[in-house]
Amino acid sequence: MRVPIDWLREYVAVPHDATGEQIAADLVRIGLEEEGLHTGGVTGPLVVGRVLTMEPEPQKNGKTINWCTVDVGDANGTGEPQGIVCGAHNFAPGDLVAVILPGGVLTTPQGRLEVGARKTYGHVSAGMICSERELGIGDDHDGIMVLGRRFAGQDDLLAGLTPGTDAIPLLGLDRETVEVNVTPDRGYCFSVRGVAREYSHATGAEFTDPALALDAAAPPANEAGFAVRLTDDDPVRGRPGCDRYVARVVRGIDVAAPTPAWLAARLTEAGMRPISLPVDVTNYVMLGLGQPLHAFDLTTLEEPVVVRRARAGERLTTLDGVDRALDTGDLLITDHGGERPVAIAGVMGGAQTEVGKGTHDVLVEAAHFEPVSIARSARRHRLPSEASRRFERGVDPALAAAAAQLAVDLLVEHGGGVADAGVTDVGTPDAPEAVTMPVDFPSRIVGVEYSAEEVVSILRAIGCTVTRDADELTVVPPTWRPDLTTAADLVEEVARIHGYDRIPSALPTPPGGAGLTHAQRVRRIVADVLAGQGLFEVWGAPFVSAERYAALGLDVDAELARSVRLANPLSDEQPLMRTRLLATMVEALRRNVARGTRDVGLFEIGLVVDRRGEQRPAPTEDVGVRPSEETLAEIRAAVPAQPRHLAFVLAGERDRGGWWGPGRAADVTDVVDLVRVLGVALAVPVTTVADGVAPYHPGRCARVELADGTLVGHVGELHPKVVAALGLPARSVAGELDLDVLVTAAEPTVQASTLVTFPMAQSDVALVVDDAVPVADVEAALREGAGETLETVSLFDVYRGDQLEPGRKSLAFRLTFRAADRTLTTEEVSGLRDSAVASAARRTAAVQR
Amino acid sequence: MSGPNTNFDPVEVAALDPETIDAAVTDALTAIASAATLDDLKALRSTHAGDRSPLALANREIGALPPSAKAEAGKRVGQARARVAQAFTTRQGELEAERDERILTEEAVDVTLPTARRPLGRRHPIELMSQRIADLFVGMGWEIAEGPEIEAEWFNFDALNFDADHPARQMQDTFYVDPPEDGLVLRTHTSPVQARTLLERGVPVYVAAIGRVFRTDELDATHMPAFHQVEGLAVDEGITMAHLKGTLDRLAAELFGEGVKTRLRPSFFPFTEPSAEVDLRCFVCGGSDPDCRTCKGTGWIEWGGCGMVNRNVLTACGVDPDRYTGFAFGMGIDRALMFRTGVSDMRDMIEGDVRFAAQFGMEI
Repeated sequence: MRVPIDWLREYVAVPHDATGEQIAADLVRIGLEEEGLHTGGVTGPLVVGRVLTMEPEPQKNGKTINWCTVDVGDANGTGEPQGIVCGAHNFAPGDLVAVILPGGVLTTPQGRLEVGARKTYGHVSAGMICSERELGIGDDHDGIMVLGRRFAGQDDLLAGLTPGTDAIPLLGLDRETVEVNVTPDRGYCFSVRGVAREYSHATGAEFTDPALALDAAAPPANEAGFAVRLTDDDPVRGRPGCDRYVARVVRGIDVAAPTPAWLAARLTEAGMRPISLPVDVTNYVMLGLGQPLHAFDLTTLEEPVVVRRARAGERLTTLDGVDRALDTGDLLITDHGGERPVAIAGVMGGAQTEVGKGTHDVLVEAAHFEPVSIARSARRHRLPSEASRRFERGVDPALAAAAAQLAVDLLVEHGGGVADAGVTDVGTPDAPEAVTMPVDFPSRIVGVEYSAEEVVSILRAIGCTVTRDADELTVVPPTWRPDLTTAADLVEEVARIHGYDRIPSALPTPPGGAGLTHAQRVRRIVADVLAGQGLFEVWGAPFVSAERYAALGLDVDAELARSVRLANPLSDEQPLMRTRLLATMVEALRRNVARGTRDVGLFEIGLVVDRRGEQRPAPTEDVGVRPSEETLAEIRAAVPAQPRHLAFVLAGERDRGGWWGPGRAADVTDVVDLVRVLGVALAVPVTTVADGVAPYHPGRCARVELADGTLVGHVGELHPKVVAALGLPARSVAGELDLDVLVTAAEPTVQASTLVTFPMAQSDVALVVDDAVPVADVEAALREGAGETLETVSLFDVYRGDQLEPGRKSLAFRLTFRAADRTLTTEEVSGLRDSAVASAARRTAAVQR
Repeated sequence: MSGPNTNFDPVEVAALDPETIDAAVTDALTAIASAATLDDLKALRSTHAGDRSPLALANREIGALPPSAKAEAGKRVGQARARVAQAFTTRQGELEAERDERILTEEAVDVTLPTARRPLGRRHPIELMSQRIADLFVGMGWEIAEGPEIEAEWFNFDALNFDADHPARQMQDTFYVDPPEDGLVLRTHTSPVQARTLLERGVPVYVAAIGRVFRTDELDATHMPAFHQVEGLAVDEGITMAHLKGTLDRLAAELFGEGVKTRLRPSFFPFTEPSAEVDLRCFVCGGSDPDCRTCKGTGWIEWGGCGMVNRNVLTACGVDPDRYTGFAFGMGIDRALMFRTGVSDMRDMIEGDVRFAAQFGMEI
């Protein structure tokens, strides 16, 4: 909401020396956040000029331009007349005009315009003679602004104008406008009246409610008024769509009469463009008082007007020329006794009854509509308007007569119309409901000791009627505060008027917590370990396409069955929620490589969706109601499972090359090793088993599982087709694990064994097996055969080559032994080794080399 | 020791002359002193201290002396041999020290050589900020609660007193799961964790929820469709707005330094009443620069929303609003990171370019 300070002063006694900045600061304190501080869109030399000569010069393009000389006094630094080309013809030598000189800047509807001296039509035109529109102070684009006409009747002012006088203050372009953000609960602040009231609360400045005098001046409703009937056979939440409708008629208006400059200026400053007198007047009243009005061309309107819900199949062409299908939820203004829709109530009028050039008689509607109904219609028809914005947030139902009166006054005064004696005012809005509150309630909630007197006086200051019975207050909010419905609402009023800045700072004293959860600690460890392993943590938006799943070589239908789809994705190409982190992480990999980081390791910890079964609707419930246990269970069950995953990807060199020698490219063993390292860090034994699932190379993929076989995830080299489809570096390796599984597996506490201090014995063995035999099998066989004194088995060499048959490999293991109760003898050790070798021979057909 | 030599007249034993002995000692000491290497020294040992050395030979002669002369000659030869032995030991030590020093000098390595065989990775700065915040609350005796990102509308809106017609429930801001009638959204704030916590843990409760939230904003320098929030919820008997202010002051000091000033400003949120926005005094200009880009000249930076938990929220979550009061607050972690570290383009935080995280250490 833009509040011209000049206008604000009309309703509240703003100190003369208060700057816009101070006013904004005062309003912020009370809850109206400053959005900006504006002055007119003109800077630089804008001066009064007197046209000395004008030579019409016809041009080849058929236009005639005027080559003018204009006296701008000393404003141009030389005192010489300024030569300016002007395309308009509505002025004559001797006229006083506004001239912007080179260096000045205009903000036109087309944008910012820096004025300079430029060659045009064979002259150097040094500046511009301005129109009202160019200066943003009117909509007159018939020609340039002649000051004698703009200030007609103000002879003293005109007599004081000399060439070179600064025209910025003259035209009000230096006036400040404060723009404030109005929160949805304070509909009344969508008016100068409301903001003036708040300014008064903030500063104590005296507020004069403009509605009071207007109300007093408004004649009472009578039989001669235009017939209006209010109906509603489908009220929203039991509240009728319209509970008050004031109609006034003004006849014989000259719709072409100019909008007075002051009014046009106020509208402009408040951010609305002046259009025509009737429209400007209705906008002015809305901005000033907060009551949206609608003006109908009376001659197109047939009594009686009926307010009702739309019927199925009804249509209306609205003011914007759009033919709209109406919804049975729309509240309508109709005429012909309800036959013809003429407006969507509170949202937009119809084209057929629009006030136009031929209009003489006008019916002014000032009504009070139910907020939710208006909000729904505005959204349904995508017609958020200044009017609907106010109705949605609640308009003061007591305001209608005063607002209509102000409109009538302005139309009569400036449009030359005559007001009908007939006045319509139907409907009875509900009176605001009283709220009871213990007088110490604000103190208990806010933590400031407010005296009973302070509480009462603050509530009265904001317009409430307060009665006190011992420690209980009964508070009737003012009509413009439909938001005050609970004691807590009143507490906020007390706190903010007294000042939020006076609330002290105190720490609460919780009973003491249990620290981070096991899962939270494990996640930190995993992330820290991976960072220590050289990987960078990343995160990204979880949106993917079905094509991405296809590019990863996954079964798209299976992924879709686990995913959910967004109804309104940012991009239609990425409407799905990811079922795995790798689906989005590959973008980060690609981006890093594209930006020159070729050796890179990334990891992400995040939620994925894993819907099991059909998607089910989640019930909703009215606000302030605790759903039943069954409903709550349904709500919870409808939320799809979202396990927390860990994914990682490596590309380029895992160990970097350098002066020490060549680097080593990442391969599948690196991701297997990451799994191993995590298992060690979490004290969870994890094993890897050959597997062949997407998106991995079928021969370079491992299933990661716990000791009991529980699946943790997969790691592997990305399939060459995946790498090609996604534009990733060749031989990129990756993995994705269900972190929740690891978290659970890491729960048991490790039990310590006593360290044995007898000497260790070692023995090496080389075994030849078929290439296809996994090392893990050989190792397991050795362990089994060696028995319980075996301490470690480590593979220290793998040999394939000339000394072996093709398809065979030699594995060199070092076995270490230690007994808990004695030093092992050499004979014992070689016996154990033989037993281990025999076991390997039995289980893997290994032959000792 | 050789046996008595009876074939010689001891008087004729020239080897035991004091002069001869002294000369042998002098020879030995001179030679030892001039030994330049350990090998040289080793070579001298047989000449001057070996079995055939003059002093060794002299020693042998002692046995042949008359008893009256034995003592004196023995003493003389013994002292001479000790001097030579001592000289060997000293020189040996000197030469070994020289050798050791030379080897260590030769073994010097250029410690300015690059070392990054496997450079350290990094946590994401947003995660580090989140951890820092979590630790603060844990330190104050709070716990850290979590919730799903795909959330039921009831938790995201209804439970938080967002009426069905509230503008936030329209599709402009909120990602809806298809079909929208199914009542599932991507949580627009961490506030649904409030409702989950109240229902699951009951009261009193002091929890912070830290996590990812979503709004339908296109990615640009100042917007991300996914971002991070921290939500605080304290519900207990006797909780006041002063406790809210105190907690926010503590968090502000932790994130932006002691002495940072906060301000509560009246505002509106469906799930709190009274409601406030919390602002931070601009750390860049301190309110002194009307053209400041950080605070847009207002002197204050919007930090988050907060207030006293609306009784409708407490009721919806089964908490007796006449007995318990609570406060709640929520603010962006990404923005806090921007303020704290001067990040100017949000895309740097979400795109996963490792150069972003590489600017930071493992603590932020």
